[in-house]
This record gives sequence, structure tokens and C-alpha cells, in this order.
Amino acid sequence: MPPALLISGGHIIDPGQGIDKVADLLITKGKITWIGNKGTAPSQPDLTIIDASSFIVCPGFIDLHCHLREPGFEDKETIATGTKAAATGGFTTVCCMPNTNPPLDNQTHIDYVKQVAETQGTVQVLPIGCITKGRQGKELTEMGELARAGVIGFSDDGDPVTSPRIMSLAMDYSQALGLPIIEHCEDTELSDGGCMNDGWVSARLGLKGTPKAAEDIIVARDIALAHLTRAKLHVAHVSTEGSVELIRRAKEKGIAVTAEVTPHHLTLTEERVMGSQLEKNDHLTYDTKAKVNPPLRTKEDINALIQGLKDGTIDAIATDHAPHTTVDKMCEFGLAAFGISGLETAFACLMSLVHSNQLDLKTLISKLTSEPAGIIGTRYGELGTLKTGCRADVTLFDPNKEWTVDSRDFASKGKNTPFDGYRFKGRVITTIVAGKVAYGDKLS
Amino acid sequence: MKTIEPSSGVVSPEAIPPPSTDMWQRRHILDLDDFTRDEIELVFETADAMTEVLTREVKKVPTLRGKTVVTLFYEPSTRTRASFELAAKNLSADTVSLDASKSSVTKGESLIDSLRTIQALGADIIVMRHSQSGAPYLAIQHVNCSMINAGDGWHAHPSQALLDLYTIRHHLGQLANLKVAIIGDIMHSRVARSNLWGMTTMGARVVLCAPSTLLPRGLNNFLASCHLSNVSIENKIESALENADVVMPLRLQLERQQSGLLPSLREYIQLYQLTTERLSLAKQNVLVMHPGPVNEGIEISPEVAHGTQSVIEKQVANGVAIRMALLYLIAGGKNK
Amino acid sequence: MPESILMSPQDMRRALVRVAHEVVERNKGAKDIVLVGMQTRGVPLARRLADTIQGLEEITIPVGSLDISLYRDDLSSLSLKPTVHRTDIPVDIADKQVVLVDDVFYTGRSIRAAMDALIDLGRPQSIQLAVLVDRGHRELPIRADYVGKNIPTSKNEEIKVYVKEVDGEDKVAILASSKGATDENN
Repeated sequence: MPPALLISGGHIIDPGQGIDKVADLLITKGKITWIGNKGTAPSQPDLTIIDASSFIVCPGFIDLHCHLREPGFEDKETIATGTKAAATGGFTTVCCMPNTNPPLDNQTHIDYVKQVAETQGTVQVLPIGCITKGRQGKELTEMGELARAGVIGFSDDGDPVTSPRIMSLAMDYSQALGLPIIEHCEDTELSDGGCMNDGWVSARLGLKGTPKAAEDIIVARDIALAHLTRAKLHVAHVSTEGSVELIRRAKEKGIAVTAEVTPHHLTLTEERVMGSQLEKNDHLTYDTKAKVNPPLRTKEDINALIQGLKDGTIDAIATDHAPHTTVDKMCEFGLAAFGISGLETAFACLMSLVHSNQLDLKTLISKLTSEPAGIIGTRYGELGTLKTGCRADVTLFDPNKEWTVDSRDFASKGKNTPFDGYRFKGRVITTIVAGKVAYGDKLS
Repeated sequence: MKTIEPSSGVVSPEAIPPPSTDMWQRRHILDLDDFTRDEIELVFETADAMTEVLTREVKKVPTLRGKTVVTLFYEPSTRTRASFELAAKNLSADTVSLDASKSSVTKGESLIDSLRTIQALGADIIVMRHSQSGAPYLAIQHVNCSMINAGDGWHAHPSQALLDLYTIRHHLGQLANLKVAIIGDIMHSRVARSNLWGMTTMGARVVLCAPSTLLPRGLNNFLASCHLSNVSIENKIESALENADVVMPLRLQLERQQSGLLPSLREYIQLYQLTTERLSLAKQNVLVMHPGPVNEGIEISPEVAHGTQSVIEKQVANGVAIRMALLYLIAGGKNK
Repeated sequence: MPESILMSPQDMRRALVRVAHEVVERNKGAKDIVLVGMQTRGVPLARRLADTIQGLEEITIPVGSLDISLYRDDLSSLSLKPTVHRTDIPVDIADKQVVLVDDVFYTGRSIRAAMDALIDLGRPQSIQLAVLVDRGHRELPIRADYVGKNIPTSKNEEIKVYVKEVDGEDKVAILASSKGATDENN
């Protein structure tokens, strides 16, 4: 049983409950027990006090979308290292994608992940099951069994479900289970091996580009199918203004669609492929650290995504944490793996939007806590909240702490980040998972 | 320009150029996108001297004696590779040619490992052609040798563009304000991209002409974002050719039709082949150029390819001089 | 940088005239002579010699220019690459008496490179060397046949030759150089 913890004097922001005040928070037996004025907590034997006086205290962040790579790709990441990285980034719950090897398309594999997470994980791991067997896009998985095994949704992420017929069947089937279909929206015939956004940078660099329409088409298709089947659709990693607009109109019509966006899609454009301003390059760069799917897009898309966050079109922020080995990325751009190792830079990156007044702090916190909790539902209890009686998943952060990103310090095995060397303002100080300190930078 | 009176054999004073400037700082030749006009002129001047060497009976000077030039070609090529090898040999360098396209040398080996091996073998200069855009930029981060890009994917082919510019200059005197029409598969053409940079730097007006499926969607934005003014885009070959000073049809790869980018070769020929009739729309002394190899009967009719306006063979000859100039200019870079 | 003038325009003219006479005398006339000026300033000097010889013997001497950049032995250690200019010798040098013309004669390495270059171009019957200034400090066993003026120098001094066709004036100056002398023509 974890010790009793008193988080003292922090500025507590819990958007789900509408709390926004300086107060003390008491955790006992792994649950939130009490929030109240400083110094008035009920006394506890054997109490550890955490001085949070210059920090913000909020529910632990929830990542709806990350890749832990285990089983099968343990050289890139394991559940142990990935969850450690999550804790460093302030995340107390992560939802892991099933594109492992073997993929998580049956109960045995789900049980395996849950068991490893239980014994070696630092944070709570909620599994996502495949939509189709082997992620082949041909036959539905035994969704009922996967639901009983504890998945929070279904996805073939990494790939879309290419066949509209299969997708509509998947939606029909999952609808009865009340679990969302999480779709990686990409028309692969149109994207056709593109390795970055189809725009001026790809024209200049002589690289095959993925047009924005490749995402918009499948978003539109899936929204129509969601409308037809009344299933829950969750659009993974939205990256285009077209998608945002489609989702907005779908919501207006009452279609059950939710959406997430990544920190890198909110802050980096396609130009990042040509290098960051930090590097003093004599030469052009083809920076594979900026190679990701969906690709980094344009300023117009960023503006639409931020607006989507503000007006609720985009419900949540998810990292799409995609760690890779050095070898996978240290090669020709066209051959490099897609993905950004994002758990440990997500929060700081997002704070840059707060500091530049593009997003307010409370909205940001809700997109990382109450909103994703709403999409997951309550089968694992009430998440993303500091409500008394709930799991004590708490994150403490300093919104003004300056630090420089150095991927060598990452807990994740994946050092593939385009933010290396960036100076950010805002850092997670402590992460508490089920009442236990999972990551602690400074404790009193 | 130099004038030599044949009878007296006296070199006139204007021909004596000023002493060397210290502008050349490059260790690598990867693309023309950041070449200044002065640098391009310096390459030309050096190539002029190399041209003289090529007129000798013994076309050899000892300049790169003891240096090793390795050509590493991941894509097949006859003329470019031979051109570089001859250039290196004319400068007395030792040459090694590695044909990676047949995977005989580098089967399964990563590019970086192959390059490190070549460096360890003692290469001073690597001339590389690779099918992936950006490969040379990766290469120079991992090896110390000087590198010349002999073509990377769709991205750049600087020595080709330089020899194209040099050839135009040779025949038409200067590049400023010339109308240059580049016709063909712009999307996949490293020759078009490098020429675009080079020609705009030298003040020429460029027209890029192709069916829309062979133009990158982001092209207009690319031109605007990189401040490449004086470039226009046409779908109709007649507009591109009107009053052109230079016409450069690009090789159409047959795969483009196979991958659906064109309805048929027949239609491409009907709409885009450079014929004698179409050529008459250009200026009278128009230069017909081609980076080679030529698909006679597809992008260019045999009559035009072998006609009076064609300088295609001169391009090849100039290619050796330009490549000698480039090898000279970057040699010795390793020790700086 | 303070420079002292060692040869005025008049001095230069007289030296060149004398050298022209010596060339004609040594070669017993001007037949078969080809003057080859070393880029850069050797070239106008060669032309002036040709003009003088033309006045003496009423014969037109062919004049060429020679660039030795491609024959240097020190390219790897140079921080700056010299610009290569054209080598232009308008006649076949086989069986001719080639007179190399340079402005300053110093270590002798340029002349060695020049001889290599000439031999690549053909087989002259002889190669002779005419220099405007000999400043000593030879590093190779090469001597000049014709010298305009001997100017003993120390290694941290620099000789600068100005010729009207290139620099707008004629003079020979000496300066103290803070680093070791790095003049092009050595």
C-alpha cells in the first residue's frame, strides 16, 4: 500500500470538476481522499508532504494513443521503458496501440500486455485491440472477446481499414459493445508511398508527398459510415484543416465522432523536414526526425487544429508516441521509419502554445485529462479527475520552468525527436500513479 | 573575350584575368541551390582552362596525382559515370568505380556503412549517384571525404546543370534574360530542379512545361517560397517554345506511363514531342539541349536531335571539362 | 603597408630592353623563339619583350600564356584554391626555343611546374628563363638565363611587381610582410 501523500500549497486545476484554486490535496490508500484549504487536511499517520507551492496540480495526463512496441519490437521500446517515459512526461494512463508483433488481435495477446504492464509498467496501460485479424483489413477480430479482455477501443493504427465494407461492419459490430473505432485516416492509394506532406517543401526536396486529401477522404468516408452505423468513431492524429472542418460539421449533425491531435502537429510544419533553426547547417538537411505519419503540414493546418481544440471539434491531445531505433532513422529520408518519440516532450511542447497565448492552460489540461477520460469511458473507473474516491493519478508541473530537450536523457528507448536542443518553458515535476510517486524531479 | 590574331600570335591585354579570389569555400558539390553567380563564373573559368587541356594530344595534367576518386553509383549510368571517371583520370587521380546498382558491392549494406568502408579504403573524393533524394546530405554527415552529387533521386544533379549553363554560355554568350524552356517530366527530374536554381541565379527566364500530372503540386508555392522569380509554368508546349533561346526536352521514362501518370506515350508524343515544326516557334538560333540519354521519337524527334540546332554532343564534351573543374575546385578540401 | 620602390617605370623599361637584347644575342637571332609568359604578370612582360625584339630584328615572335595551377605540388595544403586561367600557346612548341617569362623568381617551384607543363605540351628544343626580378632563396636547382634585376631579400619580405596592363602602373616594390612571404609568383 502506498504511503499517504499530502500535496501542499499547489495551484489545483481540475477542469472536469471546475476546480481552479490554491489548495492542499490528500492521497491515502492510492485514492484521492480530500481537497481543501492549506493546512486543514485531516491528520494522517506516516504522511509524506510534497511541497507544491510553485506548481500546478492537475489530474494525471491520459494518452489515448501511444506505441509501446512490446511484444515484438523490444529494441525500439518495451512496456517498462515506454511507461517510464510516460511518467516522465506527466502521463498516468496510456492507451497502447496493437500494431505489435504479434498484433493484439486476440485475448491472449491482450492478457500478455496487461500482465507485463502490471508487473513492469510504471503507469496504467489500457490496451487497444485490432479491428481486423492480423491488421490485414480482411476479417473482423473477435471484438466481443477483446472487449471482455479489457480493450478501450479498436484500431488497426499504422494502417487504415482500406475496405469501406469492412469498416462499416466493424462499426456495426463495435457499436453494440459501446467501444470506439479509432481510425488512422489515410487513403493509401492516394498517399502512395509519400514520405512527407505534398507541398512546396516536397517539391523542393524532390520527395514524394502525401496530399492532405488522402486524410480528408477517409475522414469523410468514416464519418458517413459512423452516421450510417451509429458507431463511435474516434479520428486518430488529425492533421489537416479539411479533417477539422469535416469533424466539426459531423458533430453539428450529432454524429458520434471524437478526435485527437498530436503535440507535433500543433507546433511543427513541413518546413521542419529541412532542419531546425537551431542547427547551424552549411547544407540542406533531410531530417528524418521530422518524418511522421500523418506528416507535418502547414501553418494553415496548425491554425485550424488549434481552433479545433478551442471550439471542441478536437476533443483530446494524444502523443502518438512512436519510438524507433537509431538505425531505423539514420538512413535515407525515403527509407526512414515514420514516427516521433513524443511522451517526454509533449507537455513542454504544448506549453509553448499556452505561453504564446494560442491556447489557455485550463483547455490544455482538459484535453489531456477529462476529455480523453470521456472517450475511454468508465470501465476502468473515473479517470482524468481529482474527484475524491478516485484513483490518485496526479501530475505536478511548473509552467515556467525552462529546460533544453536532450534525447540522450530520455527514459524512452526512442531518441527520435525533432525537438532535440529546443528550449521549452514548462516541465512536469512529479507524476503520481495510483498514489505512488512514479516520477519525481523534486520532492521535499 | 579573348582575341587572338592568328598571324601575330599575340594575346591581347584584355585577356589577362585578375588574380584568384578567395571565394571558393566548398568541400562538396551537392546542388546549385546556394551557388552564387560568382561561384558559377569561377566554375566556368576553371572549365575553360580544362577545355584547353582536352585539346592536347596527351589530355593529362598532374593536378590530382595521388588522390583517389571513387565513383559510387546506386543507379545505372553510362555517360555520367564515364564522364566523371575520365575527368578524374585526366587530372591524374586514381579512380575506383563501384557499381552498387548491381548490388555486387553493397548487398544489404547500409549506405552509411558503405561510405565508411570507402573512406577507410582511402577515398579523397566520392562521386555518388543514389536513387533516394537527400542521400548525399546524409552521406556528408558521416564521412570526411569530399562529395560530388552525381544525382540524388528527383532532387539534384549539379554537374549536369553546370555543364548545361556552360554550354549555353558558350553558344549564346551570356545567360541573362534568355528564355529557357524545360519540357517534360519536371516532377521526377533532378536535372530540371538543378537547372532551375542555376538558370535563375544567372538571370535567365525559365519556363517549365509539362502535363499537370508531371508537375509537382507544390511547384508554384515552391517558386514563391524560394523567391525564384522569372519562372513560369505552362501546360502547352507551343507557349513554352515561343521565342525561346534554349529548349531542353527531358527524357520521359517509360515507367511514367505504366504508373498511370500519362494516358499513353502516343498522347505525350502528340502533345509534347519536340519536332522541327514546333521548334520553328523558337528563336532562329535556338539551342536544343538534352541531358541524355535521348529517347528519339518520344520527347524529341530524330531530326531535331541530330539537327543543326542540337548541341547535345557538345554538352557531353563540356561535361568532362566541367567535371574536371569541379574535381579541381574541391580537391584538397579534406586537409583544410 | 609601407613599401619602398626598387624599380621605377624607367628602370623596368631599361631592364626589359636589355633582356630583349640578351635573348636575341644568346639565340643568335630571333628565329624559332617562342615567348611564354607565366600567368599572370609574366604575360604582359612577355608581350613587351616581343615588341622590343620585333623592333630589333623585324620579326614577329609568337607570345603565349601559361597557367601552372594544374601543375602545382602544394594543392592539398593550400587553404585557397588558385583560379585556373587558360594556357594559350598559339604555335606548336616542338623544336622551338621557348623563353619562359616571369615577373619574380623566388623558390623556383613555379618554374619547375612550368617546365612540366611545357613538356606536356610538346618537345621544345630548349627552355630558357627570363625574369624581371630575381629575389634569391632558391629551393630547387633552377637558374634564370636572363635577369632584369637582382634584388637580395630576406624571407619575411615581399616583392611586388606592378605592371600597367594589370595594375595600372609600372613599378617594383618591396615590403616587410608580417607572415612569411606568400606571393603567388615564387
